[in-house]
Amino acid sequence: MAKVPVQFRLNGSDRAAFIDGADNLLTTLRRGLNEFAPKYGCGQGTCGTCTVLIDGEPQLACLTLAVACEGRHVETASGMADGPNLHPLQIAFMDHFAAQCGFCTPGMLMSARALLDRNPSPSREDVIEAIAGNICRCTGYEPIISAILAAAGARGQIRA
Amino acid sequence: MLDIRKDLFANERDDNLNVIGKGIQRQDMPGHVTGRSRFFDDHAFEGLLHLKVVRSPHHHARIRSIDISAAERAPGVKRILRGADVPVNKNTLLSLINFGKDDEPSLAVDKVRYKGEPVVAIIAESEAAAMAARKLVRIDYETLPAVFDVEDALKPGAPVVNETYPHNYFEYHEKFDHQKLRFGDTEKAFRTADLVIEERYQTSPIEHAPTETNGSIAAPEQNYRFVVHSCAQGLFFSLGTAAKILDLDSNRLHFIGGTVGGGFGGKVDTLTEPLAILGAMLTGRPVRYVLDREEEMLYGSPRGAERIYVKDGLMRDGRIIARHIRSYFDAGAYTRLSSYAAVKCTAHVPGPYWIPNVSSDIYVAYTNRCPSTAMRGFGITAVDFALEVQMDKLAHAVNMDPVDFRILNAYRDGDMKAHRRVAKNTALIECLQVAAEKAHWPISESAKRQSSLEGGGEGERGLIPATPIDQRGQIGRPETRSAPPTQTLPAGTMRIPLTKQPEPEGTRDRRPAAPNVPRYEPARPMAQPAVQAPAPLAPLPPAASPPQHAAAPPAQPSPAAPPQHGAMRFSSVFGTRRR
Amino acid sequence: MPLDARVATSLAEAAGLLAADQRIRLLAGGTLVMRDVNEGRLLDGTLLRVTDPAFRQMNTSGARIELGAGVTMAMVMNNRDLAYLHAAARAVGGPAIRHMATVGGNLFAATPYGDFAVALLALDALVMVQSGYGSPRPIALEEFLNARERGVSGLVTSVQFARPQNAGDFRFAKVSRVKPKGLSVMSIAAHLPNSGGRISQPRVAYGAMAPAPVRARGVERALEGKSLDMAGIQAAKAAALEGTRPATDAIATEWYRREVLPVHLGRLLTGDGR
Repeated sequence: MAKVPVQFRLNGSDRAAFIDGADNLLTTLRRGLNEFAPKYGCGQGTCGTCTVLIDGEPQLACLTLAVACEGRHVETASGMADGPNLHPLQIAFMDHFAAQCGFCTPGMLMSARALLDRNPSPSREDVIEAIAGNICRCTGYEPIISAILAAAGARGQIRA
Repeated sequence: MLDIRKDLFANERDDNLNVIGKGIQRQDMPGHVTGRSRFFDDHAFEGLLHLKVVRSPHHHARIRSIDISAAERAPGVKRILRGADVPVNKNTLLSLINFGKDDEPSLAVDKVRYKGEPVVAIIAESEAAAMAARKLVRIDYETLPAVFDVEDALKPGAPVVNETYPHNYFEYHEKFDHQKLRFGDTEKAFRTADLVIEERYQTSPIEHAPTETNGSIAAPEQNYRFVVHSCAQGLFFSLGTAAKILDLDSNRLHFIGGTVGGGFGGKVDTLTEPLAILGAMLTGRPVRYVLDREEEMLYGSPRGAERIYVKDGLMRDGRIIARHIRSYFDAGAYTRLSSYAAVKCTAHVPGPYWIPNVSSDIYVAYTNRCPSTAMRGFGITAVDFALEVQMDKLAHAVNMDPVDFRILNAYRDGDMKAHRRVAKNTALIECLQVAAEKAHWPISESAKRQSSLEGGGEGERGLIPATPIDQRGQIGRPETRSAPPTQTLPAGTMRIPLTKQPEPEGTRDRRPAAPNVPRYEPARPMAQPAVQAPAPLAPLPPAASPPQHAAAPPAQPSPAAPPQHGAMRFSSVFGTRRR
Repeated sequence: MPLDARVATSLAEAAGLLAADQRIRLLAGGTLVMRDVNEGRLLDGTLLRVTDPAFRQMNTSGARIELGAGVTMAMVMNNRDLAYLHAAARAVGGPAIRHMATVGGNLFAATPYGDFAVALLALDALVMVQSGYGSPRPIALEEFLNARERGVSGLVTSVQFARPQNAGDFRFAKVSRVKPKGLSVMSIAAHLPNSGGRISQPRVAYGAMAPAPVRARGVERALEGKSLDMAGIQAAKAAALEGTRPATDAIATEWYRREVLPVHLGRLLTGDGR
């Protein structure tokens, strides 16, 4: 069966891959483009570990057809830092111990980014709603909520 | 935030602490927040193949036949594995430390013992191709009666789950159908107690549900080695297990891992590595075997269910004078770590309390359920649930506050524990006092004055009582379960003779320490083509006098000794070392 | 042949392709179909996407509302004219799912999913189905849901319903064990138009209380012509279970669902914040 080409922008760079026609975006990112930040946790849209931004909107890569991303901009946690300078969310996650095993973290960061990009001053309820689609089995969520609220407060201060 | 009570045990502590109490950053944090942390699946391989397993739909069934012909012809399929392809298709995790008998196949051959047991492995170019081919495998099963309840499984006449343990219990010390603890005379004490309270507790299997499912990728590497990216929590355990199952020298395996997407005990069973490596061996290509979410939830081993009976003899003044615990671990169809869980449980009862008469019988029962495994303090946490709920009920029965009740019965430094060790570094009393203070839970003035450092070991508390022991519950002889005691150890007896020859212990026993000389097995020829040996060099001139030790040939290993590859230091846990 | 994908640029083309070839599956948001692909239940055939702008159009200004089948839950939540449907849209998954899950797709979600369809059922929605190259024909949502098991022939292009006269007359509640995102124990939608304090032509629908979203006809009869006072609510609760056939699943037993349905119905009718 012939492979199908797909091209899109990934974290600001033009990328291309040859894939099976019905491959999902998660498989294409991980196996086609060696982009390992989004993870496989369930394949059914429950766990959120594959959360990416597509044209700025949070979506689940495991349920997205790769060819549907043709010409669009896909963003993952790998692209959050500005060169060596971490994004305020990344710094806040570190400062607040918002990760233990780290497996949910890339998806969690994308959901958090989607929130703060739209709502720079979220309430605690807004934060909870924003990460409702991301399961964490380690932290109990409170450090993550604290980190996101802290990052919201710290916007504008970037640390290397 | 963190509250470190430096006033407690002040003269025992050095409070120049550099790490405890400080917010030290995890070394893997930068990797986690940048997506750079590499979990097992985060590695690229050219020509990666995918493995999917065909699983039993029945709880208990004989396999009459397996037909893989249609699956073999399916598009993208590279190789199909069956039980006969696995070099050593019977294993138990703890064989690595000489504990237990091999009982679990990597791929079932003649029988399936739990719903979800792997029977056939399909290796294909893509997951979709493997999933499609999987549907084409035809297995003819003859269903058998199944047993799901631990006590039913132990009744004579129950369906035999696991023929390695034909009575449906793990066999301890080649003698008993359970683990025993005996300290004092619980039967006699129950007769003198003001109240006797027995309750039954039951926990369910609990699925770890890690966000990352179990899985591994194995690939041929250099020098006849296979590299294995694994989710395992214990890489050496998994390497050793894989080496044994595949009959490989362990230096042919290169395990990489340690970054685990949530383990909690559910990634200790080496569920995927052996078949992934075997696939790589037989195809010459990288093979990836990852449980999907449904497989993880249903067939990834859970924390084992436990049924716990706690029977206590209680005086009206609140003292517990006797405790007997009878408990059943549901191992599911195979042993895995349950045998060890029961030993840990035995070592833990009766909990952090001084009780002058203690006995326990802990069973590991096999049922046709998913085999269970470790999870977060397995062997301990469930029995603690039972013990602490029981403590509340006992307090209620004698009209005492539950915290006061615990402080009254708490063990202290110097008390003799049921395991014939003197308690030290106890702190239950202080924990309860501080917890009560923080919860604004009022306790009596007397309870507030108690201390772990005072009153322990006084009088009866420091002594080993006379203890009736028994030969109840012998393997294969259920009629012995209700037999009377066989002898009474006099008060003060530290040692109980064992049937197994103890391992040499060293000078602590005042016996000469046997030299701990490792015994090497004869070298096996390595898997490589024969090479012409280079011409021998001219011999060196002889030394002035021959060295003394060169005369005697190396001692031959005694033919009777079984291969000793287990770790010596675990032998005390399993009763092969005398104290 | 392994699965592949193609695109239809118009609704008519999509409807024609679906009519001509059994092996073509429509792919809207992907929350249902891609799950089937990932879990090995859909291994061959063709996934068809529709790029026709009409598929994602929303007409919300007039008395009759029309939402394209490809309109997502997030689009509903961003539309102020549809404020009364925001609670139902928010009940679907988490934020990422809501950017993908569609109005049309939710009509096919098996119980206990399908909370948005429950809301549409209480709005007496019509489903516009286009077969082949003809014009779309309207099918009452209730009839559509009942026929779902047999398989729908054609392409769902949009749903239509009358805008509630008074947005406050429309209520929706989802009951789940995990909040804010979790599978439904049940969901309840109620449209209770009233004139002079008396309810007229009420529509009440349940999710996860039957194999598909169902109308609570006993409740509707009990409330018709009554006011929403203690007596009216009691009468409604007494009739709550009529027409229900709840299942036992991983979320709740059928017993539990039957036990708590009247309680949650009562809270929704009382206007209890929960």
